[in-house]
Amino acid sequence: MARRFDVRAQSGFATVALFTFFLLYLPVAVLVAYAFNASESMTAWGGVSLRWFAAAWQNDAVQGAAWRSFVIAASAATIATIAATMAAIATTRTPPYRGLSFKYAFINQPLMVPEIVTAVALLIVFSRIKVWTGYSGLGYLIAAHAAFCIPFAYLPIRARLESMDLTLESAAADLYATPWLAFRRVTLPLLQPGIVAGYMLAFVISLDDVVITEFVKSGGQDTLPTYMLGQIRRSVTPEINAIATAFLALSVVLVTVFFFINRRRTEPQPAYGDKA
Amino acid sequence: MAEDKSVAVEARGITKSFGQGVAALRALDNVSVLVRENEFFTLLGPSGCGKTTLLRLIAGFEFPTYGAILLHGQDIARLPPFRRPVNTVFQSYALFPHLTVAQNVAFGLQMLGRPRAETAARVTAMLRLVQMETLANRRTDQISGGQAQRVALARALAPAPKVLLLDEPLSALDYKLRKEMQIELKRMQNETGVTFIFVTHDQEEALTMSDRLAVMSAGRILQVGTPREIYEHPADRFVANFIGETNFLQGEIQASGEGSAEVRLDLGVTLKATLPRGGLPRGRTTVVVRPEHAVLGPAGADTGLSGILENIVYSGVDTQFHVRLASGGLFLVRAQNSHGAPAQLPGEPVVVTIQDGAAQVVGD
Repeated sequence: MARRFDVRAQSGFATVALFTFFLLYLPVAVLVAYAFNASESMTAWGGVSLRWFAAAWQNDAVQGAAWRSFVIAASAATIATIAATMAAIATTRTPPYRGLSFKYAFINQPLMVPEIVTAVALLIVFSRIKVWTGYSGLGYLIAAHAAFCIPFAYLPIRARLESMDLTLESAAADLYATPWLAFRRVTLPLLQPGIVAGYMLAFVISLDDVVITEFVKSGGQDTLPTYMLGQIRRSVTPEINAIATAFLALSVVLVTVFFFINRRRTEPQPAYGDKA
Repeated sequence: MAEDKSVAVEARGITKSFGQGVAALRALDNVSVLVRENEFFTLLGPSGCGKTTLLRLIAGFEFPTYGAILLHGQDIARLPPFRRPVNTVFQSYALFPHLTVAQNVAFGLQMLGRPRAETAARVTAMLRLVQMETLANRRTDQISGGQAQRVALARALAPAPKVLLLDEPLSALDYKLRKEMQIELKRMQNETGVTFIFVTHDQEEALTMSDRLAVMSAGRILQVGTPREIYEHPADRFVANFIGETNFLQGEIQASGEGSAEVRLDLGVTLKATLPRGGLPRGRTTVVVRPEHAVLGPAGADTGLSGILENIVYSGVDTQFHVRLASGGLFLVRAQNSHGAPAQLPGEPVVVTIQDGAAQVVGD
């Protein structure tokens, strides 16, 4: 009876599923495999080797770009998470009012506006500011990244706040906690998994960005993705594969760490309306 | 009255409206009530009657549109909840899920900045009071609903509030546990000497636990009194109907004297009924009779209401007799079961005799 409505029982389900997985993961698998290629070629297999990892590791340009990526991602994610936490509290701990959904849309604007539009706009604005101030450091990239990372940090934090039992905050106030203490001792600890999730998401999104970075960066400010893009325009060696593989490994590690942190934080609190 | 030391909480002319203009909903309408020191006071009423709103106003989660709330003579109506020496036991318990049982109980004391040693001692004492010492280091999801209830109580009592507010705290418990907790709550109130203001929609709970109770409906307080006063002398039709089972009889007041009146019922019988306090109604009136204050007898007696016994419902402790009166209305008689089967059988003509002074005149 139940099987009839089960999507897995539909004919062709397995074929579609396999084809989709194939499309998703085969290119990644090939990329990772060729990172271990001993030969110079991207197409011919020359045996297993770590030489391209070593090459990438010793490449000053790669090191510089990786460090820049990390600094930008860490700073932007921090700024974005703080802003997103404040925005999430402001938009959930208030009775609904006219214009609230407009505010949601406004906060999530970077998700809707085509990235290339933002990139061009920032290029124009920042070039003006560069002329006026003479400053051309990483600040522009950090500001740009923080801006488009906010919605990614905002969404999990808001979801967490919405699933939180408001009575807990009332209880804290009832037990003599001032609004600030209630926030620090009750709301913030309960919000932590959402904040961690938001930070991780913002970090990964920043790390991954090409379009806005490409437009905003000054000379010598390549991040890892823009460096890779630049390399592909010239001679392609499996060094690119090695960098991409390292990148992939880092993302997997981040997501795994996040998963475990989140599970540990959420599990002790299934009761009392806390469903996140 | 505010200077009276024996008054713990006084609500004066409280009106609370939610929303604005024509859409405004009046949750409380000019409510005044007085709760005495060390009293177990209950706000009883159906859902939506405003009892929880009144409690939230005392706690400070809402602010009155008009009126004053005096705590030991001082108006606290505009103070935020964290400035009121009043604590709440929430319906959902609202235990902090990221803290242990002991940390939950310590929370209020820590917020008050009490010394560490004092807090620790107080937490131990409170956990002993609610018999939860052995579970002090449990997480709140590792305890049962009844235990969570106890922790919520300990947490609210730990800062030694002047008044403890309880918002239907027993409604989530099963019947047996609820009965146990009713006795426990009463014991804790005696031991701590704290004034309890308890909100419930369960009339039985209200009658068993309260020193005094207020019956509320549609944002107003209809009657305040001891459980006995409320049950035996309901002030109006709503109170009589809401609390316990009741028979309503229509009649005419013939003569009224000191606290009682002769009422000639439409059924042709005259009986002596108690008048509501302060009221001397005349003319058409309603009389209420509790089922256990009436006695069933064989047909022939001339002083009672005659009818036909329609149905007998046996319920362990007592038996209910449904009597169809000559007027067509149904009259309920309840008799304690002692031994043997009832003398009357369904279908037989019977006479219902109402005990002297048991009938109560109520306002409509």
